[in-house]
Amino acid sequence: MSELSVNHLLGIKYLNKQDIQLIFETADHFKEVINRPIKKVPSLRDITIANLFFENSTRTKLSFELAEKRLSADVINFSASQSSVKKGETLIDTVNNILSMKVDMVVMRHPNPGAGVFLSKHVNASIINAGDGAHEHPTQALLDSYSIRERLGEVKGKKVVIVGDILHSRVALSNIFALQLQGAEVMVCGPKTLIPKYIDKLGVKVETNLRTALNWCDVANMLRVQNERMDISYFPSTREYTQQFGVNKELLDSLDKEITIMHPGPINRGVEITSDVADSKQAIILDQVQNGVAIRMAVIYLLASKIKQ
Amino acid sequence: MSQKVLLNAKEVNIILHRLACQLIENHNDFTDTVLIGIQPRGKFLANRIAQMLRNDYKIKNVQLGHLDITFFRDDFRRGDKPLEANTTEINFVVEDKKVVFIDDVLYTGRSIRSALTAIQSFGRPKGIELLTLIDRRFSRHLPIQPDYRGRQVDAINKEKVKVNWAEFDGEDSVYLISK
Repeated sequence: MSELSVNHLLGIKYLNKQDIQLIFETADHFKEVINRPIKKVPSLRDITIANLFFENSTRTKLSFELAEKRLSADVINFSASQSSVKKGETLIDTVNNILSMKVDMVVMRHPNPGAGVFLSKHVNASIINAGDGAHEHPTQALLDSYSIRERLGEVKGKKVVIVGDILHSRVALSNIFALQLQGAEVMVCGPKTLIPKYIDKLGVKVETNLRTALNWCDVANMLRVQNERMDISYFPSTREYTQQFGVNKELLDSLDKEITIMHPGPINRGVEITSDVADSKQAIILDQVQNGVAIRMAVIYLLASKIKQ
Repeated sequence: MSQKVLLNAKEVNIILHRLACQLIENHNDFTDTVLIGIQPRGKFLANRIAQMLRNDYKIKNVQLGHLDITFFRDDFRRGDKPLEANTTEINFVVEDKKVVFIDDVLYTGRSIRSALTAIQSFGRPKGIELLTLIDRRFSRHLPIQPDYRGRQVDAINKEKVKVNWAEFDGEDSVYLISK
């Protein structure tokens, strides 16, 4: 069997098409495992993984932790809010202290873009990026593509629109890389203020009219408005954003085809999408969550198999 | 490299019939019994035995599944190559059933050790038996022996036993390959 071309998962940018294929095929097997009566396999019983969350997270952290435990790895958790980071310790020192307790792999979320890349150059452990600032969130993009593949058969040739706050979104950037690598067409749609100026250089279409975008696409990935990252006002009011970029049932029903709705969560119900859309058959939001565990198991398993004893 | 034929198609067929009959002796109409082929190569033997029981011996309720043991193996990160997973298809609960593991070659016994752990994910069987076509008897690392064996082979460690199946390799045969 082929193996991953990388020793760390820092971003989709560093992967190739075969890597994604391998991750998906491995995730298929793990998806079967997590639907068994006993959902655990002993593969990683001699691996220790540290989850370092320098930024708040609920579902990504839970999903990683569950994936690690389903593989029988030993898990230690660390969150910056209760740690020596507050006392002025540097990132390398924090991580090296943890690694000196014989940790093999680090899953890290950090508010600064490039934190994972920086760390991979300075410490001796396999690093998985669980989100670095507005840069990348590779496992989210992988599970999004995996969910599209599951629903529509394949990703190649599909048209995907990413709607909302593209400027602050690491999910958007990782998704663009992942979808393009697999041969999908990508469009971004949102208020002009939330679309980065030169994003068309990545080869994506840019659209500011939601109806036009939805009519074009097979899949719409609705991003959350990230109020916590906005230092200034990018649009006049939430109500106005919802009127122009919110998806509701009437809008979906008025399209001439049935599109698939995705959301990386957490949902602001009534802002990006209404409740009836989020709970409809067209939405695969909860499938995304389940697939997230299988994808993360696959990534951890494949990277762990490259750690030499 | 030289190779020697251990069994030809006719001999394989005779042995399969004998193994099927031995299973019937112990399991009657198979109501409490399930057959589990061990992936990747045990699958072919399991399919063949199940097919024989259904068609030639008219046993209606033969339950057949395939078990992949990749994630339960004890040599993860010990070899040069990563372990490749296969599909597990067990669409029934093995709780209180008599399970028969089916594999083509019994060598070190480590695959069966992994399968014994893996099957626990699907319930607590009443008992587990092992059926293998080829038993390499001097090569065991673990105290595991087959309940039903096709042919015992005395091969040394450098030699390899290769079982071929018509539906996958083009012919039914067993070769002893020495380097």
